[in-house]
Amino acid sequence: MSKFKKKTGGGTPAISTASLPDIVFMLLFFFMVTTVMREVTLKVENKKPKATEIKKLERKSLVTYIYAGAPKKAYQSQMGTEPRVQLNDAFARVKEIQNYVITEREAINEAERPLMTVSIKADKKVKMGLITDIKQELRKANTLKINYSTTKGEVYNN
Amino acid sequence: MADIAFLLLIFFLVTTTMDVDSGINRKLPPWEPEQLQDPPPIKKKNIFTVLVNSNDQLLVEEQLMDIEDLREATKRFLNNNGDGSCDYCVGGLQSPTSSDNPGKAIVSLQNDRGTSYDIYIAVQNELAAAYNELRNELAQRQYGRDYENLSDDQMDEVQDAYPQKISEAEPVSLGG
Repeated sequence: MSKFKKKTGGGTPAISTASLPDIVFMLLFFFMVTTVMREVTLKVENKKPKATEIKKLERKSLVTYIYAGAPKKAYQSQMGTEPRVQLNDAFARVKEIQNYVITEREAINEAERPLMTVSIKADKKVKMGLITDIKQELRKANTLKINYSTTKGEVYNN
Repeated sequence: MADIAFLLLIFFLVTTTMDVDSGINRKLPPWEPEQLQDPPPIKKKNIFTVLVNSNDQLLVEEQLMDIEDLREATKRFLNNNGDGSCDYCVGGLQSPTSSDNPGKAIVSLQNDRGTSYDIYIAVQNELAAAYNELRNELAQRQYGRDYENLSDDQMDEVQDAYPQKISEAEPVSLGG
């Protein structure tokens, strides 16, 4: 009879999912913006050494990568275990670096060519002999700006 | 709608790699087939020699050294102020066997073909750190700010005060 009838309890009300798409979209945009696609599949081991005095590489379009390291397990039967150079998706000989770098430089527009940087991503177990050979090839190709790719960390406990 | 968004979200979640590329910047000397006949004379005391052998041991100024001590040794060498012309070198030892002034000081690095890349980067890093620390100290004294936060003109000035001269010799077999 009373006007204020007690509501019949039907358990806890369901949580509104109206804001779910908003959250999903927010996450989607976040990942879309921060994502960097891997351009090459690594065929060599690549554990970078640590360093503290590092600079960020800017202008990705002006950077060319050279990988060096021992071939990964799957390729060891063909390539052996000695450190090798990888350019793009394939193993390469040191002699091929010069041509590769020159081709990459041609692809950059003329005004920005002097800014081209070569990033050497070498595994920390590689010996300097190979790195020096790479550097000599780069000198011959007249690409003198290089960057030794490292991760941040103290050098003493390498 | 939400399904498509989810699908895209999962795609980007999987493909995303968060690492930014960073490293130590260096400039290579241009390629010259013929070696210069007469290299410009440089006094021996202005050269700080660092040798690394194939066992990753360091020989700095003809003495065995741990990588931990390299930064301090380099700073001492650069800041030595042997001829007294460097008025911003605080705490220079003025040793007659070390560098005249930071403008003349050259660090010479030579490694073996068997040296590991790891230790090479560590040495490069310590040498760069020595220069950066000296520049930072000078920037703090003169402008009360870190080197990184200076204006371009001020940065050039500090850079000229401690020019980074690291010369790399081609590797030889030092043995080890």
